[in-house]
Amino acid sequence: MPDKIGRLPLWEVFIRGKRGLDHKHAGSIHAADGEQALQYARDPYPRRNEGCSIWVVKSADIIASQFEDNDSLFDPAIDKMIYRHPTFYDVPEDLKL
Amino acid sequence: MTDSTTLPEIFQGRIDSEEKIEPRDWMPDAYRKTLIRQISQHAHSEIVGQLPEGNWITRAPSLRRKAILLAKVQDEAGHGLYLYSAAETLGISREQMLEQLHSGKAKYSSIFNYPTLTWADIGAIGWLVDSAAIINQIPLCRCSYGPYARAMVRICKEESFHQRQGYELLMTLCQGSEEQKAMAQDAINRWWWPSVMMFGPGDANSTHSAQSMQWKIKRNSNDELRQKFVDQAVPQAEYLGLTLPDPDLKWNEARGHYDFGEIDWDEFYQVVGGNGPCNHERISARIKAHEDGAWVREAALAYADKQRQRARKAAA
Repeated sequence: MPDKIGRLPLWEVFIRGKRGLDHKHAGSIHAADGEQALQYARDPYPRRNEGCSIWVVKSADIIASQFEDNDSLFDPAIDKMIYRHPTFYDVPEDLKL
Repeated sequence: MTDSTTLPEIFQGRIDSEEKIEPRDWMPDAYRKTLIRQISQHAHSEIVGQLPEGNWITRAPSLRRKAILLAKVQDEAGHGLYLYSAAETLGISREQMLEQLHSGKAKYSSIFNYPTLTWADIGAIGWLVDSAAIINQIPLCRCSYGPYARAMVRICKEESFHQRQGYELLMTLCQGSEEQKAMAQDAINRWWWPSVMMFGPGDANSTHSAQSMQWKIKRNSNDELRQKFVDQAVPQAEYLGLTLPDPDLKWNEARGHYDFGEIDWDEFYQVVGGNGPCNHERISARIKAHEDGAWVREAALAYADKQRQRARKAAA
C-alpha cells in the first residue's frame, strides 16, 4: 500500500564533519529515492554545523559480515597480530626508532 | 571463548564487561522485546511531545522566541527519528510502531497529555520537563544496546539548549510585571508534579527495573533519578523567586537531599491509562497528521518509480 511508510526504503547516512575528515555513519532515514534521502538527511543531521558533505546509501545494498563468520574473519588477525605491532621489536630505546 | 559457552552466556558476558550489544548479535527475546518497547515509547514521546509546544509557535511573543521554539520542536522530530531508527534495528518496522502508537497499544510519556494553557508553560516545559528528560537520558548514553546508546548521545547533546531556553524564558517573565510573574508561578504549579512523576513508579512498584538493570538498559533506579531532579530544581526555583507547589519540600541535613511530599499515583495511572486531559487530542492529532501526509509519501514513491523507469529506458 502506498500510504505505508514501510514502503519507503531505508538509507544509511554518512556525514563528513569537516574537510580532511572521513565520512562517518550518522544514522538512517526512510526516503523514496537517493535525492529525497539527501534532503531528509540534511534536515536533522547537520543542523548544528556538524557537516560539509553527506553520503547516503541504501541499507539493503550494504554487505555486512555475519557474527557466525567472526572466527574465520578475525581470529587469524588476533593470532598473528603481535609482529604487526611496533612493540614486538626490541631495539635500543635512545635511538628514537 | 570455549565451545561449551552458550549464547546466553556470551551475551551476558558482553554486558558484564561493558561491551555493547549490536543488532546482529544473538540476544534473548525478552531483551529485544524490552528494548523495542522502551525505545519506541521514547520515540513516540519525542513525536507527541512536539504537540503541546507546537501549540504556541504562532503565538510566541517575539521573532526570537518563535525561532527558538521552532528549532526546539524541529529537534524533537529529529530525536523521534533517531530513536525510531534505533528501534528498527531490532526488527520492528516504522509502520508497525506508528500503528501501535495510533491504536493506543504503545504508550508515550504521560507528561504530554497535559495542556499548555499559557506562554509560561513553554518555559515550564523547557525547564522542568526537559530537565527531567535529561536526567533520565544521560544514563541511557551508556545503555548496553549500541544503537540506542548512540542515539542518546546525539540527543543529549542537543537537549541542553531546550532546558536552558526554558529557564531563560521563565527568568524573563519573573523579572517582568506582577502578572507575568504570576503567570510563571501558575505554570510551575501545574507542571511540577507531572514532572516529578516522569521518572515512573517508585522503586518498590517498578515492574521492569530489576531485569533492565541486569541487562544494563537501565543504570539508576527511578527514585534515585527523581531525587536528583528535585535536588537540582529547588535552588533553580529559588533563583527565579518561584515556589514549588509542595509544602513538604525541605532540606534533610542527614540525607543530604531534599525531602518531598507524597506523589499522587492515582493521577499518574489515570493519565497513563488514557484519561489525562489531552490523551484523545494528542493521538487524534498524530493520526490526522499521518493520514494527511499519505499523499506526500505516495507522490514521492511514484516520482521515484518514474525516475527509475526513465533511467532504464535511457539506458536501453
